[in-house]
Amino acid sequence: MQKALTLYQTSIGKKAVMAASGVILLGFTLGHLSGNLKAYQGPQALNEYAAWLRSMPSLLWGTRAALVFAFGAHVFSAFQLWSQNRGARPVGYRRKKSLATDYAARTMYWSGPILLLYVLFHLAHLTFGQTFGFYEFDKMNPYNNMVYGFQIPAVLVPYLLGNIALGVHLFHGIWSMFQSIGINHPKYNIFRRDLAIGLATLLTLGNLSFPIAVMLGYLEPTTQTFYFPELE
Amino acid sequence: MYLILHIWRQQGPRDKGHFERHEARDVSEHMSFLEMLDVINEQLIEAGKDPIAFDHDCREGICGMCGMVVNGEAHGPQRQTTTCQLHMRQFQNGDELWIEPWRASGFPIIKDLSVDRSAFDRIIQAGGYVSIRTGSAPDANEIPIPKGVSDHAMDAAACIGCGACVAACPNASASLFVAAKVSHLGLLPQGQAERPDRVRKMVAQMDAEQFGACTNHAECEAACPKGISISFIARMNRDHLKSMIASSDDVEARPAK
Repeated sequence: MQKALTLYQTSIGKKAVMAASGVILLGFTLGHLSGNLKAYQGPQALNEYAAWLRSMPSLLWGTRAALVFAFGAHVFSAFQLWSQNRGARPVGYRRKKSLATDYAARTMYWSGPILLLYVLFHLAHLTFGQTFGFYEFDKMNPYNNMVYGFQIPAVLVPYLLGNIALGVHLFHGIWSMFQSIGINHPKYNIFRRDLAIGLATLLTLGNLSFPIAVMLGYLEPTTQTFYFPELE
Repeated sequence: MYLILHIWRQQGPRDKGHFERHEARDVSEHMSFLEMLDVINEQLIEAGKDPIAFDHDCREGICGMCGMVVNGEAHGPQRQTTTCQLHMRQFQNGDELWIEPWRASGFPIIKDLSVDRSAFDRIIQAGGYVSIRTGSAPDANEIPIPKGVSDHAMDAAACIGCGACVAACPNASASLFVAAKVSHLGLLPQGQAERPDRVRKMVAQMDAEQFGACTNHAECEAACPKGISISFIARMNRDHLKSMIASSDDVEARPAK
């Protein structure tokens, strides 16, 4: 007696998991960017926002748990699909011409791991306060932690590369998720590509605006000192 | 025309295989690609050598038997054209061509350029039957079908099962083939009775045949000699997810070969 096939056991099911977890991660990156825009209202606004996020521990940890779960599911099913796809063509072509695919689609298995490394670096830097000895991390002043970081090329470069990888990954990912879960209609298909281009551009340029603003001197370190009990 | 050909030669499924260099002289531009290979084979036979094995049947682009990868393109450089309908006028005098079989775990090589595509037959078989009223012939147009729907179903039914989608896919995925076969029945009223079961059974068989998964490159659509759209893949995905989530009947996992 054979077991019934579960959705996840099928390749289409795994792609649906990729799409669903991708939507959660996309939602987070949008929320993350919109929150960070507080930096343009000044150090006080950004630091108050940081404290506010920490003032709701259950919501904070609930979100973190959901993100870790989505991230894990995304990576795990990507790995399973990758090994299935590798096995599907053991002997490759001597010559292979690409007719329709684009750079973003071909490099998903590169931009993905780059993003994973970037997220780990980003967490180490601004969540766990690893400044690699370049400056003093002040947990009461997230604004300065960011500005000081972007003034150091060794810290800046991973941010630039990571966000370019994010844009490339999302450009294919956003379009692809509609296809994977079957959201398809000739009247609306044009918007899938537009949405992918729009969101990928918005997130990449939005995220990169912070390091660029620091480099151009628009965002400067503050001499103000802050105290928030939530940030202890 | 004069052409240099590098043709994949492989004695059998277990043989390692290699490229063999051939020179094609006095090729007429009006020849089809397969006729050009026929001439090479005549010469090989006269010289007492083993001719190149390749699949072909109707030679008018409708049977789905022929197919080889020419310079990295399934069915060669002309869009929406099978290898048998590809004519030598598409090439330039002095061109160097690399000719390879479809490469996929699901399509083991029988010999040279000929591959075993019975995996496709097993996917079709897994789809099962369509319930119809037997007996006297039904009246024409007894079941009203809107023109747009029947055209759309026909677009899917145009699939000749040649396997170019698998050959062209970076993941050797059979998604376009399965999607076309799932959709041409799923779109029509006659195909509704078994629609949820059919998609799950065919997808289960597709996975069991060791084809890859779709990563939405759309290479299959570009290579398809019948121009079948990847919108059918989205339709298959939608049908499959709906059926796996909602249907109370289970589909058994199929063992890999």
